[in-house]
Amino acid sequence: MADASIFPAAISGMFELLSPVPPGWGGNLLRGLANSLQIAFGAFGLGLLIGTLGAYGKLYGGPVIRDILAIYTTIVRAVPELVLILLLYYAGTDLINRVLEAMGYAPVNISGLVAGIVVLGFVQGAYGTEVLRGAIKAIPQGEIEAARAYGMSPGVMMRRIILPAMLPHALPGLANLWLIATKDTALLAVVGFSELTLETRQAAGATKAYFLFYMAAGVLYLLVTLSSNAIIGRVEIWARRGMPSIREA
Amino acid sequence: MTAPLATAVSADPLHPVTSEQAEAIHVRDLHKCFGELEVLKGVSLTARDGDVVALIGGSGSGKSTFLRCINFLENPTSGVIRINGEDVRMISDGHGGQYPADRRQIERIRSRLGMVFQNFNLWQHMTLIQNVIEVPIHVLGVKRDEAIAIGEQLLERVGLSEKRDVYPAYLSGGQQQRGAIARALAIQPRVMLFDEPTSALDPELVGEVLKVIADLAKEGRTMLLVTHEMKFAREVASHVMYLHNGVVEEEGRPETVFGSPKSERLKQFIRSVS
Ligand SMILES: Nc1ncnc2c1ncn2[C@@H]1O[C@H](COP(=O)(O)OP(=O)(O)OP(=O)(O)O)[C@@H](O)[C@H]1O
Ligand SMILES: [Mg+2]
Repeated sequence: MADASIFPAAISGMFELLSPVPPGWGGNLLRGLANSLQIAFGAFGLGLLIGTLGAYGKLYGGPVIRDILAIYTTIVRAVPELVLILLLYYAGTDLINRVLEAMGYAPVNISGLVAGIVVLGFVQGAYGTEVLRGAIKAIPQGEIEAARAYGMSPGVMMRRIILPAMLPHALPGLANLWLIATKDTALLAVVGFSELTLETRQAAGATKAYFLFYMAAGVLYLLVTLSSNAIIGRVEIWARRGMPSIREA
Repeated sequence: MTAPLATAVSADPLHPVTSEQAEAIHVRDLHKCFGELEVLKGVSLTARDGDVVALIGGSGSGKSTFLRCINFLENPTSGVIRINGEDVRMISDGHGGQYPADRRQIERIRSRLGMVFQNFNLWQHMTLIQNVIEVPIHVLGVKRDEAIAIGEQLLERVGLSEKRDVYPAYLSGGQQQRGAIARALAIQPRVMLFDEPTSALDPELVGEVLKVIADLAKEGRTMLLVTHEMKFAREVASHVMYLHNGVVEEEGRPETVFGSPKSERLKQFIRSVS
């Protein structure tokens, strides 16, 4: 009798704690997740942009551009991300404010969201440069030569031939980068940005239900990964439309 | 091409009717070095509308390099190149080489030279029809419907109507090469450039591709054709050039070059490949 009453009580307690409306902490977790996803999207997009330009620069740029890019990708990939985040976040905001001050403007408070996107995007860009450089190099040279032989300008060639032709080679690497982006948002907890991990820690600390909240956060991260995989799988099928599958060949 | 002589006015601006056909390609004293290695040592050629020029020669003699200089896939080291009556302006790079002064001029010239490669080089992420309409739409600015209508006609011509929506990876070599010829025709080329179009094909697929090329020659297409198929060159060419070590060793009408070759080397070459 006593057993039977304890168990439902524990379960209903869990639901109360996870409820999306106060006094439950579920809403905080979901807000944290939304913030994490926003940063991940922004950082991944920025990384893709930097990566595309970086790959082009490394492959077709002059010696100065190539040297600069080599320094960028080497350093960013050598230094632990946590160190980079602390460095770029504090040094970056400090630098911007000093410049503003020197130019006679008042210092600004840089939003955690923007700073997070810029910092993680900068890191993603270094890995993206290498992923995309490899993918572009995997395009059969003859297809690029055909594009040149038919008078395509560099811009048309990039848009119509190089980007779609390299996509199937880039997708596995880009998928990894996206999943890393979703999890790297957790590192922004150290600079006080209220993403999923920080929200979880606060909820757990306030309620002492550590196991419950960290499990809940784990499930949320897992759901993000699972739905990402489903989408990436579809994109990959589309990108590989001209390629016979390995099994068929 | 049976052009009436003298005063008639042609409806086709690309093929003005004159007593003598206009020059489509004019190359004088072309040199090309790769570093220390001089691959072309002063090659000249004039191709008029309707000419079919066959380039023959041993491996490494510079045939591909010559063809690639004509659409500036390689920058010639020195020499004059005039395409469609347009002189290509070059700038010295200060290291003994040169490069085109105006990228757009090169792009414009290229967009009227239909190149067909040994390895087909179709774009793998596009279906056959997409390959054929790509350049007309995105380089020449032709309207999509129009490009598709022309593209379908061309696929029909090369016998690939049924493969319209198939990706290149699912086609045989012969089909891919016929598709590549349709892609070249779609730009309404002033000149077609063929670089050993049948060398990568299984023997039983060579015939279908040669037939398409022979038909094009018959209808008066201007073509430059690098080939190892001597019998074919003799049949379709109006002019044959034998290249050896970057020099034109012999040239002339096919019956002369193949029938009574002067140099010992050419005699030997003809024996070795036939
Ligand atoms: N990009 C390059 N860099 C250096 N050398 C080159 C390059 N392209 C060609 N060559 C050299 O130039 C010479 C002529 O090459 P080319 O490809 O024009 O010969 P080819 O007559 O087409 O021969 P094949 O019948 O084998 O195709 C060869 O010795 C080749 O090694
Ligand atoms: Mg060759």
